[in-house]
Amino acid sequence: MAVVATPGRKAGWSLLNLLVIVYALIPVLWIASLSFKPTSSVTDGNFIPRELTLDNYAGIFATSQFTRALINSIGIAIIATALAVTIGTMAAYAIARLNFPGKKLLIGVSLMIAMFPQISLVSPLFEIERAVGLFDTWPGLILPYITFSLPLAIYTLSAFFREIPWELEKAAKMDGATPAQAFRSVIVPLAAPGVVTSAILVFIFCWNDFLFAISLTSTEASRTVPAAISNFTGSSQFEEPTGSIAAAAMVITIPIILFVLFFQRRIVAGLTSGAVKG
Amino acid sequence: MAEIVLDAVTKRFPDGALAVSEVDVAIDDGEFVILVGPSGCGKSTTLNMIAGLEDITSGELRIGGERVNERAPKDRDIAMVFQSYALYPHMTVRENMAFPLKLSKVDRATIAAKVDEAATVLDLTQHLDRRPANLSGGQRQRVAMGRAIVRSPSAFLMDEPLSNLDAKLRVQMRTEVSRIQKRLATTTVYVTHDQTEAMTLGDRVVVMRGGVVQQVGAPQHLYDHPANLFVAGFIGSPSMNFMPGTLAEGALQTALGRVSLPDRIRSALESAGAPSEVIVGLRPEHFEDVALVEESKRAAGTTFPAQAEVLESMGSDKYVYFSLSGDRASSTELEELAADAGTAELPSGGNQLTTRLSAASTAAEGEKIDIWFDAAQVQVFDPSSGRNLTA
Repeated sequence: MAVVATPGRKAGWSLLNLLVIVYALIPVLWIASLSFKPTSSVTDGNFIPRELTLDNYAGIFATSQFTRALINSIGIAIIATALAVTIGTMAAYAIARLNFPGKKLLIGVSLMIAMFPQISLVSPLFEIERAVGLFDTWPGLILPYITFSLPLAIYTLSAFFREIPWELEKAAKMDGATPAQAFRSVIVPLAAPGVVTSAILVFIFCWNDFLFAISLTSTEASRTVPAAISNFTGSSQFEEPTGSIAAAAMVITIPIILFVLFFQRRIVAGLTSGAVKG
Repeated sequence: MAEIVLDAVTKRFPDGALAVSEVDVAIDDGEFVILVGPSGCGKSTTLNMIAGLEDITSGELRIGGERVNERAPKDRDIAMVFQSYALYPHMTVRENMAFPLKLSKVDRATIAAKVDEAATVLDLTQHLDRRPANLSGGQRQRVAMGRAIVRSPSAFLMDEPLSNLDAKLRVQMRTEVSRIQKRLATTTVYVTHDQTEAMTLGDRVVVMRGGVVQQVGAPQHLYDHPANLFVAGFIGSPSMNFMPGTLAEGALQTALGRVSLPDRIRSALESAGAPSEVIVGLRPEHFEDVALVEESKRAAGTTFPAQAEVLESMGSDKYVYFSLSGDRASSTELEELAADAGTAELPSGGNQLTTRLSAASTAAEGEKIDIWFDAAQVQVFDPSSGRNLTA
């Protein structure tokens, strides 16, 4: 069934796309607008600020509360992403290519973890981490992040591994590669788009997490940005920290955008074309 | 350089299916051996067992006199060319060809020299820095060959390497493969389902069916003396004509008339204990327009009148097709061959006589013509076992 691109149809789609974009971007622009407003005019209801100020940005960087949280966030998210993707790559490969006892169970369990309501695990995790001394430390957050992002990584990656022609591995074997060498120099480079995609997804999950961050941290030693923002206070007890929160929200959006832009270039479609006939 | 010996090699899959049953083949050093058969006959499984990509269930595989059943592919010193080429898409042609050498830790200068040499042999020099995605089918095929020859292995294994090429290129590459194999004089095992490739390339051909070796021999020997119905029907294009026949008093009653058999065939049939109901096989080129047969030779054959249904003039020859009256020859082998060739569903399938006449024949479509065939070329098969009773 061929869909004819009439001018009317094109216009209709353009309008729909525009609506979706506006719907998605207005809150972002609103936060941006708030972050540049002086405290006195936060509630004036103007979408475009009457006067611009950078006080909110200067304010959040003035104390260690936000900067330290930023360092925690970046560190924890990067370490958790690296570990989750490494473990996920190997697990996904095993699931896609090997037959081993308990494979179905493994897939089932990882699916279950992904579906489990995280809030129900917060209290036990809190107790466990306090008992073993992980509470309010980096590993205390990295571990649950890996646990909850692994299913996602495994699912994304095993789909990619299944796409790689098996004959490439056989060829590598015939060319004298050990299974580890074949994995490293043939399979992983070909699965790179998948590795990067799952890295982005895992990173965003870790970066945005609020539930574990607020429950499993108590000081600047490991508090991440989302938790730190919720602890922002105004300059007096009668003042809402709206401006600071907006500024912090803008700041933590930047790494995500950079991260995606940086890796997007590596997600090249058709990397596997030309391996086999077709 | 090495000889490869398969000693009662058997493959049984975990689900119990018997893929390859007791294959005994000894491949000499430098020999070019073809494994041929319809799809599912176990030829690729056999190749994969030689490669080490499939475990051997029982039997012994020896390369260069040493048992290699338990060795990993990389320790067998063999190279393989895959049907899909299996080039590494993220590497350039040069890197693809250098990969096996890099893995065996050859120093850089040697790698560069060997890759350049292989590229020259295969005419790939100007493509060395391109990636497989930007190459044509024939070029990819040559890169796959290059990757196999750079490390001078003791044997090449090729799994239908030409089946993804278009017809013209396939013929060209067939010559190329043959030339490279002669030049390197490396033991080669080549799997194909195309009997033309089998006939033209190999020093010896192994015909397989359902995991069992049917016959091993030089292409011409298989053509002239097929061991059974399956080999007779599989080797040769267009394939042999089969029809039912009845043996009585040293003569053969067929749909083409009564054939008085020469003494050689008669004694062969007697000593083989031929049943009275047999299947008769005749190759298309053993027919001739009777007008073109010398008077003296006519008596040695049988002449029958027939109406030409379809005529294909090839310039050098004329292919003339006739309908045969009577039942078609039936045997499990022939049905399997027809199913593999896809002719089982054709209304005329099997009950058609294909003849190759000289270009000088005056045969015309729809007209009656007298056709002669040489009785000495008749092959007689046992319908129950499929065995060739005249070979």
